[in-house]
Amino acid sequence: MAGANTAFDAAVIRRDFPVLAQQIEGKPLVYLDSANTSQKPNIVIDTMAKFMRESYAPINRSAYTLAANATELFESARNSVAKFINANSSQEIVFTKNATEALNLLVNSWGRANLKTGDVVLLTHMEHHANIVPWQMLQQERGIELRWVPLTSDYQLDLTSLETLLSGVKVFSFTSMSNVLGTINPVEKLCAAAHAAGAIAIVDACQSVPHTHTDVRALGADFVTFSSHKMCGPSGLGVLWGRKELLEAMPPFLGGGNMISDVRLDGFTCAELPAKFEAGTPPIAEVVGLGAAVEFLSGVGMADIRQHEIAMSSYVLDLLTTRFGDDITIHGPRNPELRGATFSFAFRGIHPHDLSQVLDQSNVCVRAGHHCAKPLMKIIGANATARASFYLYNTTADADALADALDSASDIF
Amino acid sequence: MPGIEDLYREIILDHYRTPRNRGELQPPAISSEGHNPLCGDDIRIYLDVADGVVRDVKFSGQGCSISQSSTSMMTVAIKGKTVVEVGAFVRRFKHMMTLADNDEPVDESINLGDIEALQGVVKFPVRIKCATLGWNTLLEALTEASK
Ligand SMILES: Cc1ncc(COP(=O)(O)O)c(C=O)c1O
Repeated sequence: MAGANTAFDAAVIRRDFPVLAQQIEGKPLVYLDSANTSQKPNIVIDTMAKFMRESYAPINRSAYTLAANATELFESARNSVAKFINANSSQEIVFTKNATEALNLLVNSWGRANLKTGDVVLLTHMEHHANIVPWQMLQQERGIELRWVPLTSDYQLDLTSLETLLSGVKVFSFTSMSNVLGTINPVEKLCAAAHAAGAIAIVDACQSVPHTHTDVRALGADFVTFSSHKMCGPSGLGVLWGRKELLEAMPPFLGGGNMISDVRLDGFTCAELPAKFEAGTPPIAEVVGLGAAVEFLSGVGMADIRQHEIAMSSYVLDLLTTRFGDDITIHGPRNPELRGATFSFAFRGIHPHDLSQVLDQSNVCVRAGHHCAKPLMKIIGANATARASFYLYNTTADADALADALDSASDIF
Repeated sequence: MPGIEDLYREIILDHYRTPRNRGELQPPAISSEGHNPLCGDDIRIYLDVADGVVRDVKFSGQGCSISQSSTSMMTVAIKGKTVVEVGAFVRRFKHMMTLADNDEPVDESINLGDIEALQGVVKFPVRIKCATLGWNTLLEALTEASK
């Protein structure tokens, strides 16, 4: 299963994840829900525990040594994240509660400052609710116009009319990879097209940053958002990366402590980046944990993780189609190079909820539902799908277990 | 882990495979729609109420075996009952699903019949919402009918 670097071995990596080591009623856990949230390696768990045991203190606020050391660990994690995505500077890394909050920050800060009635925002039919609803909220308030890039019949973005769609657009905000279809979008090309039309480009990179090497500068994006919990880090933490000059020009989002340089009775002055966008006490141990997660992922090698997932995709697509033929419908691209290892499917007319319940009997964890992408579900003609998603710790044995468990579901219904 | 057979009892699968009272009723019958925000399932209940009696009831929509069979069994049980009887019946059902409202008395003597088979759902808490989707939608339709 290894990619170019033969040292990559998912079965070995798996041992670093204690949740995956457990047996439930004598059977191994087959965790296929990493597109939802990923499991945590020992290094993340241990780093956070050690930090809370030995170094926990407030950051940015106190002169004593304990606090100074905690602040240093916190900022060093920010540096690691900046390096991980090749940001120009750690000032461009803003910590939020999750990717959803990062997108809300952009809509409320950049959007409110730059969009007025009639201005156009371009989204796509494959967006997560987190990249739809905040814009719809601004639409209700401001009367902005929302436009949508449609899909082709093979689950790609249909870019034939992109230029027309982009005309007069102020913002093009899109996902780098669909959390339902697995489709990987041509991010660089889309950013370039947005810029050519005079729009800014926002990339919801929740589903790609955990799985492939990300270089925000090479992408040519203006803003990129992602969540710690999907990339082996703790939950409660998201990341907004933005080009410094854009972040500097934006008004603050939440107000309170830490985001100010001065407060008087007659007003306030904002702090420098990134504190300007980090009001209140941040998730301190979580940031330290994310630092450990990106070091872990870099240690494994993002290129190898991508290669592994391409190989997993080939294996899963082959396995499911040869074994089940027309009984399974996979909603997503067939070419492993064009997709991540996330598979939404319909199986023998069994409702996804029932399917996931029966798979659970074999400890196979898949998500059932609309995956927070209801407009997309409607377009692909499904109320709900089952979704199996694979990550660096999943092996072909997990895929085999999924296929076996699917067979047992047919026996019941 | 509770056994799957507690959930998928034969009577439940029977109503899932061959739902009763599936379809629509034309106005003046009233209708209400319910959504399960977790899974995207939706159900519409059509109700023909006259002189305080449920003359006819039908349902449409998509859902899992639990929501579909629960709704199917519900329609069989309430057809011909008075609105007051239906109210007590729903409370009895929700009580079994551990969702009774403490302020409202539950008549434990009410026999739920086949619907007792849904008791196993309680062992799978995330599925309780599936089992009650049709029932909550029925309550909305009843409120609509009493207007
Ligand atoms: C594509 C995409 N965007 C945004 C989100 C929102 O992430 P979070 O729930 O961590 O804010 C998700 C997570 O489900 C996602 O898959």
